[in-house]
Amino acid sequence: MIVDFVAFWVVLPMLSLALVLAFIRLAIGPTLPDRVVAFELIAILLAGVIVVYAVLGEHSALFDVASVWAIISFLSVVAIAYYIEKARKP
Amino acid sequence: MMEILIAALLILGASFMLIAAIGILKMPDLYMRMSVNTKSVTLGMGFLLLALVLHFHEIGVASRALATLVFIAMTAPISSHLIGRAAYLSGVELWSETRRDELGDLYQRRPMSMEQVLFSENPPHSMDLEQEEKDTEDNF
Repeated sequence: MIVDFVAFWVVLPMLSLALVLAFIRLAIGPTLPDRVVAFELIAILLAGVIVVYAVLGEHSALFDVASVWAIISFLSVVAIAYYIEKARKP
Repeated sequence: MMEILIAALLILGASFMLIAAIGILKMPDLYMRMSVNTKSVTLGMGFLLLALVLHFHEIGVASRALATLVFIAMTAPISSHLIGRAAYLSGVELWSETRRDELGDLYQRRPMSMEQVLFSENPPHSMDLEQEEKDTEDNF
């Protein structure tokens, strides 16, 4: 009971606020690497939101989505880093 | 008792993630943003996964959570290193009050345009290799 209350009224609002702050950096970030770092943070935050929803809804299958999501975000960041290093333009 | 522990772990993990987001907004420099981001996000995800494992109490969930945690702890420094290196080579500015730049003389970090990279005879990545080859020839 207390877990559901805390997860819904405390943890999810904190993660949502974190998502808003990371999105502000994604919007105003002066260079491309700034935006990539903000995107990486957003991806991990969404994985955290999925984990909290797995606790809330008693679905342990949702957690598999979070782990695959983390793997895919890592691969995309590696690809963008390769592109930035080849192009040499911030 | 267990529920209070799970709730405390959830709040701890979410607050680490919130700290990472505040840091990514307030830090003056790309490299500091990356440093804040990597560490506290790894720690926050660790606490959230620990809360998940304590909540479900199954060996399958625990092993998958351990695998995910190991994966995140291994790949967060790698991706951060790649982005930092690419940003440094492409000429992203350091903070104006940075005291020491140890890579300052090692790389040619002039930002180049796309056409220069694609159509130049001597692309920037081959310069280091040629220098190394020359060094080895001198040694022989």
